[in-house]
Amino acid sequence: MTAALIFLALLMGAVVWWLVRQTINVKPWVASAPQGVQSGVGFLPPSKVALGVLLAVITSLFALFISAYSIRMELADWRPLPEPALLWVNTAILFAASVGLQWAWRGAARENWPAVRLGTAVGAACALAFMIGQLIAWRQLTAAGYVVAGNPANSFFYLLTGLHVLHLLGGLVALAKTGGYIRMKAAAQARSGVELCAVYWHFLFVVWLILFGLMLST
Amino acid sequence: MAQVAHDAVTDADLGPFEVEDVELYHPKTFIGKYIWSQDAKVIAVQYGITAIGIGLVALALSILMRLQLGWPDTFSLIQPANYLQFVTMHGMIMVIYLLTALFLGGFGNYLIPLMCGARDMVFPYVNMVSYWVYLAAVLILVASFFVPGGPTGAGWTLYPPQAVVGGTPGTGAGIILMLISLCVFIIGFTMGGLNYVVTVLQARTRGMTLMRLPLTVWGIFMATVLALLAFPALFVSCIMMILDSLIGTSFFMPAMIAEGQQTAYEGGSPILFQHLFWFFGHPEVYIVALPAFGIVSDVLSTHARKNIFGYRMMVWAIVAIGALSFVVWAHHMYVSGMNPYFGFFFATTTLIIAVPTAIKVYNWVLTLWRGNIQLTVPMLFAIGFIFTFINGGLTGLFLGNVTVDLPLSDTYFVVAHFHMVMAVSPVLVVFGAIYHWYPKITGRMLDDTLGKVHFWMTFLGTYAIYYPMHYLGFEGMPRRYYAYGTDTAFMSQSAHTLNEAISIAAIFVAVAQMVFLYNMVRSLTKGKEAGPNPWNATTLEWQTPHTPPKHGNFDELPSVYRWAYDYGVPGAEQDFIPQNVPSEELAAARAKDEGAQGEGKADG
Repeated sequence: MTAALIFLALLMGAVVWWLVRQTINVKPWVASAPQGVQSGVGFLPPSKVALGVLLAVITSLFALFISAYSIRMELADWRPLPEPALLWVNTAILFAASVGLQWAWRGAARENWPAVRLGTAVGAACALAFMIGQLIAWRQLTAAGYVVAGNPANSFFYLLTGLHVLHLLGGLVALAKTGGYIRMKAAAQARSGVELCAVYWHFLFVVWLILFGLMLST
Repeated sequence: MAQVAHDAVTDADLGPFEVEDVELYHPKTFIGKYIWSQDAKVIAVQYGITAIGIGLVALALSILMRLQLGWPDTFSLIQPANYLQFVTMHGMIMVIYLLTALFLGGFGNYLIPLMCGARDMVFPYVNMVSYWVYLAAVLILVASFFVPGGPTGAGWTLYPPQAVVGGTPGTGAGIILMLISLCVFIIGFTMGGLNYVVTVLQARTRGMTLMRLPLTVWGIFMATVLALLAFPALFVSCIMMILDSLIGTSFFMPAMIAEGQQTAYEGGSPILFQHLFWFFGHPEVYIVALPAFGIVSDVLSTHARKNIFGYRMMVWAIVAIGALSFVVWAHHMYVSGMNPYFGFFFATTTLIIAVPTAIKVYNWVLTLWRGNIQLTVPMLFAIGFIFTFINGGLTGLFLGNVTVDLPLSDTYFVVAHFHMVMAVSPVLVVFGAIYHWYPKITGRMLDDTLGKVHFWMTFLGTYAIYYPMHYLGFEGMPRRYYAYGTDTAFMSQSAHTLNEAISIAAIFVAVAQMVFLYNMVRSLTKGKEAGPNPWNATTLEWQTPHTPPKHGNFDELPSVYRWAYDYGVPGAEQDFIPQNVPSEELAAARAKDEGAQGEGKADG
């Protein structure tokens, strides 16, 4: 449970630090007229805060899976499986997806709509290509006899990659909605959507790097 | 004592609202208003009704259990397998589908926007979906009663391998439906939870600083943070167990012989499941307790007409309890054969978490000290909570110590402990909260006499149930047993008599809940008109222009000038000052008061 504990300790530490800073020198019983900026309200749009919270939840989920993975791999029956070389290609594709959306984000900030369209298209296409790539990797492993229930290492491989792809699929739904805003030329929503999607893509890329690294090293 | 700054400001000096007013979705049809509603208040009522509905099923299951334990061999309807199913479903429903849903989905939805001075949750559509996903989870759970083999009987902790292999009731569809239902619940909760957290952080009205939030909001906020981070542990364990059960992976399942057959499983770790489950399970205790702590603080302060004692300490205690609740989980696993140093660590953290909890209890008692205590029905429930919580909390200190826990593990002492601390205590707060906020939700008061009957029957009745269970636990009576025969020949005859008495008390308490339900339904039409603020409370939900509040809550968003606990302020005209009353109004009232006194002296 070390991975989950470290993550939660860091997160709870940040929450407690922020809350203490907000509350330490305050005398709540003193009445006064509301003036000035109050503890971050309105500082960020709610959608950004919500994305931050969602990413914390997803991180908690993967941290717990990684904890379970590290406990289970210590047991005697664990037999590591050979990761297909295709996963390196998939990693590069997912990186390209992230770069595409970063490009779109930059374009959105500068009102450069052709760049936004190109960037989101690259992001979506590469994400789809990554998913297909993962599916092919699955098939390669199954064909080589590494079935889901064969060994806990196999089970974790399918489970973690599958869950990661599901999260990417959720991101694609959001990206499709953002694509709608871009087509309708709803600038504010499109900008916000592209930004949120880009952050989410980067996040999922980092999660993939951690998962891939974990599977390679064990 | 409250101090009041005399800064003469007018509304025009306040500057713009930091949060822009929002355009709400305005439904026109009945379905849009009450079924597919995006209004947090309607969603709250939907959550409340569903949670109480499924809670009544769990109540009925507990009565069936008590019938068996009180009068064994009398009811042929209750077979050993059924008994285990009742135990399991009762526990799971009460903890997850009733208490978690009611506190966060019910009270959270109703109170967060109103108390923060917001028009609604920040993402009303997601909020609506959250309820319907919750309802789906409940329906999937209910469906498990009707599948072949019935619901799972693995105990609410669902420990593998027995939750999965044959011999336990409901190892077919029952356990799968339970696990799927939990996953669906978690997805629904995450949607709601995002709303609760972001609304508290980003939609507070002008002047509502974090340290002016009522403790109710603090409790629900921190509980939501815990739930968002802890529920993934349950999600992970459910997904892995579904795979173990359906496609034969061995995450948790060891190589074993079940019902005379060698299973295909090999090498899995049941202890891994226990770690994951309790990594969620212990924070879950505080997911239920923290909203109760918050609500009880506000109810006590309002009905004692006195500011909450140590507000800042109460907030920090909530935060500290939340943070510490992630490092105590293995105290549920002392008997799993852990390293003694590991046990020592968790016993220590368990005792440390008692410190902020005790601070809260002292502060509640000190809030009552020399308060102008009004023994209203909500207040009775709040005071009742303090008693039951101290009881349950103290036995928790016993069980937190490894050496005491080992002999008491899996006995009725544990059953008594956790029912006192996380069943009776939060349920008393739920009742107190309903009596407190029902007038705002419906515009009518609940009947006072029926409420008092309900309180005394419930309070005394639950003591009659759980107090003797401590004794049964000391005697070694094991939990989750269908019948106590030759295996438990050490139990005295008086233990069996006591079991009968406990069952009678349980039926008595169940009947009391019918009084409550009758009161709720009857008062909807026949209750006394409540008016906007029947308890003379300070928080924003009592200052709405309409009762019940309309969609959007306020005509104009309020500005907040003070904390939520200005009761009995010296010099104030009334014994309470609402949060949205500016200080110059108070100054004017004081000047008038002083003027009157001056005239009085002159006359003298």
